[in-house]
Amino acid sequence: MAGAAAPAARRGVQAGGGSRFGYLLLALPALVVVLAVIVFPWLFTLYMSVHDWRIVGEKEFVGFANFVALARDGRFLEAIWHTFYFTVLAVVLPVVFGVLAALVFHREFPFRGVLRTLFVMPMMATPVAIALVWTMMFHPQLGVLNYLLSLVGIPPQLWVFEASTVIPSLALVEVWHWTPLVMLIVLGGLASLPSEPYESARIDGASEWQMFRHITWPLVLPFVMVAVVIRTIDALKAFDTIFVITQGGPGTASETINIYLYLQAFSFYNMGHASAVVVVFFVIIVILSLVLLWLRQRTQWAQVA
Amino acid sequence: MRLAAAFATSPAAGLGLLARKLGFALAVLVIVAPAVSVFLWMLSLSLKNELDNTSYPPVFWPTAPAWHNYVAVFENNPFLLYTWNSVLVSGSATLLALLIGVPAGWGLARSRAHGMAVVILIARMTPGLSYLIPLFILFRWLGLTGTLVPIVITHLVITVPIVVYIMMGYFEGLPIELEEAALIDGATLGQAFRRVAMPLARPGITVAAILSFIFSWNNFVFGVVLAGRETRTLPVAVYNALSFEQVSWGPLAAAALIVTAPVLLLTVVIQREIVTGLAAGAVKGG
Repeated sequence: MAGAAAPAARRGVQAGGGSRFGYLLLALPALVVVLAVIVFPWLFTLYMSVHDWRIVGEKEFVGFANFVALARDGRFLEAIWHTFYFTVLAVVLPVVFGVLAALVFHREFPFRGVLRTLFVMPMMATPVAIALVWTMMFHPQLGVLNYLLSLVGIPPQLWVFEASTVIPSLALVEVWHWTPLVMLIVLGGLASLPSEPYESARIDGASEWQMFRHITWPLVLPFVMVAVVIRTIDALKAFDTIFVITQGGPGTASETINIYLYLQAFSFYNMGHASAVVVVFFVIIVILSLVLLWLRQRTQWAQVA
Repeated sequence: MRLAAAFATSPAAGLGLLARKLGFALAVLVIVAPAVSVFLWMLSLSLKNELDNTSYPPVFWPTAPAWHNYVAVFENNPFLLYTWNSVLVSGSATLLALLIGVPAGWGLARSRAHGMAVVILIARMTPGLSYLIPLFILFRWLGLTGTLVPIVITHLVITVPIVVYIMMGYFEGLPIELEEAALIDGATLGQAFRRVAMPLARPGITVAAILSFIFSWNNFVFGVVLAGRETRTLPVAVYNALSFEQVSWGPLAAAALIVTAPVLLLTVVIQREIVTGLAAGAVKGG
């Protein structure tokens, strides 16, 4: 281990030239900003969530009344259900398509670089602009999607204008938008795989499918799980496209927690109630992320065993 | 080459290889087509006149390019002002983030303070909207609403984590020996950073700057809550055009394309870094 000496030497230098404290001093401005715009809002939200807090008028301590009211609010409970429905679609489909796309882009072929850049474009594009174009494509009479369906003999759909299809339609936009991110994460995983197992498998006469099933998939699974975690977090807090395309409608059929939160805070200016929503929302996100991280740990253990 | 060789040895094997190649080309096409066609449709919508855009079956190729859609965008709205607002907001939020985030990334990388990374991870998990309630109240109380200042400040929620996260990763990949040599020769930490570490990190800084600019530019939620009539950023302006101007698709699509075109160009500039995953984990804040 040649590297073993390095940390000791490093510590020596730090003690002489600059201490760990010195390095952290450089991070101080960033820390101040993080405290001001990230940590302060968290704490202030907690504080507001136990108050009856409106933009005008008295603020009054109400204990857990906001949370109790939330638990009884049918519209909020429905928003939770909408969020989960949307999230399942907006995680499973991008992960499936993203993994397939990564397997394709992992191979060598002509114009791979250009095609990969084109494929990645959606995730960098401005969500509002994308939402606007999809709104036009969803149009029941003039939209291009219904025209495309008519070419293959499927009757026209109402897409985002009908309560039963609005969430899958919005999830379709999300799939289009974020499949590239999954592809990039899995592609990074594929690039890091060792080549030896494949060489020996080929010598042993393994088929392509066998190599995928027994070498590629187990090795790349941790990366897929990372993609699942990131996608879950992003899908739970999806806002831009839903807000621009439907604003939670028709009725409240596509009102997710985030849209509900927006309306409570910035349409009704019911800040205490909205802060309680933030706290519940955050707890949901953290719990789901922990569950997924735990699952990820387990998949790694399964490989070792 | 392989194809010709395969045909020479056995026509059947050659056909099999050809079929597999065509199948693979088809798979590539199927994968890339949705991404490309939505952008092309956007372009087509923006270049068609009202008649083309409202006809069924849809017209794919404009009868004559309707450039007046683009003119209309700037005539009907103060779009130049909104563009300028967007440039100011994303530009200053990115500059500020670089100013404080690059040294922080170095300090955190070298002192191995991973607690900060956890804070950034949690920040990424929190919905952007949830920062807005307390900050909205704070800005009202400070009397800052109606200016660009609150919008720039909230955009730091996006840009600072991106810059710190990318720079931490980048500095961890740089050799520490040069900095150690400088420190032994009596340089202060600040000098070691400015003269040694930072010049080496220039490619990383470029990527961090572009990504933070893109995701600040794309942000909608902070603007829609905090912006007044004069302080709208481009995504907010496009959203307002959608809700208030009755459906005239050409100018709307043109506006959408104007908003997203700069971002797509920047994406091409850093496509290699995006693909190598230097940035993949960190992208998309807020």
